[in-house]
Amino acid sequence: MNIEMTLNGKLAKAEIEPGTLLLDLLRSLGCYSVKRGCETSNCGLCTVWMDGVPTLSCSVLAARADGHEITTLEGVREEAEAFGAFLAAEGADQCGFCSPGLIMNVLAMERELESPAMDEIREYLAGNLCRCTGYAGQMRAIEKYLNRKKEA
Amino acid sequence: MEKKETFVGSSVSKKDYRALVTGKPVYTDDIAPRDCLVVKVLRCPHAHAWIEEIDTSKAAAYPGIEAVFTWEDCSQKRFTLAGQTYPEPSPYDRLVLDRRMRFVGDAAAIVAGATEEAVDRALKLIKIKYQVLEPVLDFRTAKDNPVLIHPEDSWQSLCTVGADNKRNLCAAGEEAHGDVDSILASCDHVIERTYHCKANQQAMMETFRTYAELDAYGRLVVTSSTQIPFHVRRIVANALDIPKSKVRVIKPRIGGGFGAKQTAVSEMYPAFVTWKTGKPSKMIFSRYESQIASSPRHEMEVTVRLGADKNGVFQAVDLYTLSNTGAFGEHGPTTVGLSGHKSIPLYSTIKAFRFHYDVVYTNTMSAGAYRGYGATQGIFALESAVNEMAMELHMDPVKLREMNMVHEGDVMPAYYGETANSCALDRCMKRAKEMIGWDEKWPCKDMGNGKVRAVGVAMAMQGSSISKVDVAGATLKLNDDGFYSLMIGASDMGTGCDTTLAQVAADCLGCDLDNIVTHGVDTDVSPYDSGSYASSTAYLTGMAVVKASQSMVEKIKEKGAEYLGLTADDVDFDGDRVYCVDGDAFISLKDIGNQVMCNNGKALEVTESHSSPVSPPPFMVGMAEIELDKETCAFELVDYVGVIDCGTPINPNLVRVQTEGGLGQGIGMAMFEDVTRSERGRVYENSFMQYKLPTRMDTGNIRVEIESSYEPTGPFGVKSVGEVVINTPSPAIAGAVAAATGVQIRELPVTPEKIFRELASSIK
Repeated sequence: MNIEMTLNGKLAKAEIEPGTLLLDLLRSLGCYSVKRGCETSNCGLCTVWMDGVPTLSCSVLAARADGHEITTLEGVREEAEAFGAFLAAEGADQCGFCSPGLIMNVLAMERELESPAMDEIREYLAGNLCRCTGYAGQMRAIEKYLNRKKEA
Repeated sequence: MEKKETFVGSSVSKKDYRALVTGKPVYTDDIAPRDCLVVKVLRCPHAHAWIEEIDTSKAAAYPGIEAVFTWEDCSQKRFTLAGQTYPEPSPYDRLVLDRRMRFVGDAAAIVAGATEEAVDRALKLIKIKYQVLEPVLDFRTAKDNPVLIHPEDSWQSLCTVGADNKRNLCAAGEEAHGDVDSILASCDHVIERTYHCKANQQAMMETFRTYAELDAYGRLVVTSSTQIPFHVRRIVANALDIPKSKVRVIKPRIGGGFGAKQTAVSEMYPAFVTWKTGKPSKMIFSRYESQIASSPRHEMEVTVRLGADKNGVFQAVDLYTLSNTGAFGEHGPTTVGLSGHKSIPLYSTIKAFRFHYDVVYTNTMSAGAYRGYGATQGIFALESAVNEMAMELHMDPVKLREMNMVHEGDVMPAYYGETANSCALDRCMKRAKEMIGWDEKWPCKDMGNGKVRAVGVAMAMQGSSISKVDVAGATLKLNDDGFYSLMIGASDMGTGCDTTLAQVAADCLGCDLDNIVTHGVDTDVSPYDSGSYASSTAYLTGMAVVKASQSMVEKIKEKGAEYLGLTADDVDFDGDRVYCVDGDAFISLKDIGNQVMCNNGKALEVTESHSSPVSPPPFMVGMAEIELDKETCAFELVDYVGVIDCGTPINPNLVRVQTEGGLGQGIGMAMFEDVTRSERGRVYENSFMQYKLPTRMDTGNIRVEIESSYEPTGPFGVKSVGEVVINTPSPAIAGAVAAATGVQIRELPVTPEKIFRELASSIK
């Protein structure tokens, strides 16, 4: 079957099987930031935005993207690098494999919540697993990133 | 001369961070050729079986299938997948495909095809007639069991480790210092307890994955997410029974390892397919496969007999470890050693010790290397026993440790007789106490709302490289305009060694960090390095970098002097220029770099190796504060404090994150991550749905500080940080639960259900 979607601001057409997952379609279209970490919707690595809403692309059929707007990390590279610099400044980028999914959710959270408390941040990002950092360094980076405008 | 910026001790960002945070395609599956064959294996549903017949005709004929392989297609020479220095202590007990199936998930056949869909279909079309055999599932019954896991005569043990395949023994041994039994008999207090650690999964976010292709010379190029590129070259050559010269291994960016990738879990399958078919191929492990057929921690049961006099001064310890290596012996003979060698030396008052062990084969998934490597299991046992001793003596467990702990300058008989030349364990304890407010909080406080808060403590140690075994290498090249290439054979797996080793080189060469380009591992190009394991990189490869830098400086001086018409004795080098000591003549590094590319017979390139006769332990203290519901026994980790002595931190931020990350994994092991099996040997926790990694809601408030010491044998005083950090949470959290409830949980993870049951039975 054929679908059309807006991928990172550009029209993308694809021929897919009915069972193709959005995750696999996006990687086949060159969006390699989208990673698979599990098969059970537990890890958050494959997070993308569908019409601006964070979505696990491992759990969405590619067919459902038809007519929708999909954003991956490749579409928000400048913002990703801005937040990523805070992650790296804490040494919390580490292996980097969970970073794309985490960053997509952090950027979505920034749009959605105004001045979230640490508990709210933890809850919002609970679905983003990380095995390297114990989360503490990530949380410091997120806090500093969200506070950057206040200090500026 | 103006003072230059130095980099050792500075928290610079990692050199590769921009690629990582902008999602660049830098990992194995991102860079695999698009036309790779997809490789998968058919996994056996039985814990122990013999393949009587195998019919692959329908599978091979399925559209899109390139090849199907069975045991008949493979070499019958056995080898090990353990990434260790040759001759490996791990027995040669593997084949690429075997006729005997030894655990649920063992590989029965390999299928390669154009698409994942075709391969999945073909896997279902393979018909196997199994003779189902009785399995050995309980590791307590494995030794001398009439059912043998490896009865075959082609099984081989290369080293003297007490292995005997006719007794299901992967290793066995005993060592002693002093008369343990008579000293224990004279002790006022003796604690004898058995502690049980499970086969935890490293669960790095990037699963096992490899792709293989043939290059223009007909050589097999294996690109893999591995900690051990040079060992993989040997392992793949052994597995395929081809010359090592035919194999090249490349390591791209790695999505975490934690020891899992110190075993060649995925490499041989695509390597085999590409060698047989001539076509590029890749194997990407699913999370399911990574949970059921990989290289988790060795399940161990550790029995401790700890004796103290009436004042609480430790006299003797007797430690017996029973380790379950599973179906194959990867890292079996070596992990067990650390359960004694890296727990007992924490206490210098002990006059005698005995350490004995058995490592047994069973029909469960093969174990491997996981951060801590046996020390974690031994420390859970000994540190829990010390907490139980404190309870028996009605003493503060911190005071008991302060009375008995190892100090700088102490000889450690249980640690190969090495001396603790750098040890800030006492300062770590003092600082941890202050940070958590131990004196106010110990043992517990009733919150008046049905909840009780309590604290627990543990100490830990590890090593820094494998003494007299590990080899580290570093090559430095001076290029045009005076920039350096730093080639290393150690694998950066997210830990940041491509950056930290450049920090070391920059300080030795007196240059800016950006003037050093680090090249990760390619076995055709990089200097030999045994790999990134055993907490070796900063300590050992760091020293190789220091040596290479010193040699490079000498070469630069010689060359500069030559260009100035002087001798090397007349000149010095300040990082930017070679200058005459008594005069104004100088030549810049940039000019030297450019001039050596014309009419030059001496390369400005050096390679140095380093091995260490000692393995200086890093030390750590961890303290946990929990809040426990007295009715349900549910508990939360409120606070975790870790203070580490890793010698000199090269990059304090990376040390801190390593420490926090190790604590996070340790907290998972202590509280959530269980491994259980069905009666027929199937692992229940086969996905992240059942295998509970801690989320950021679960890890509490992790707080880390560094107490530096100076290790004289390390580069800039460095020891290690990678592994020691996982060791304290299990005993500290179990200790806090005991302080809150009076019951000690001796089997991990410590769950509300176990506490509740123990409490209920203790009331009866």
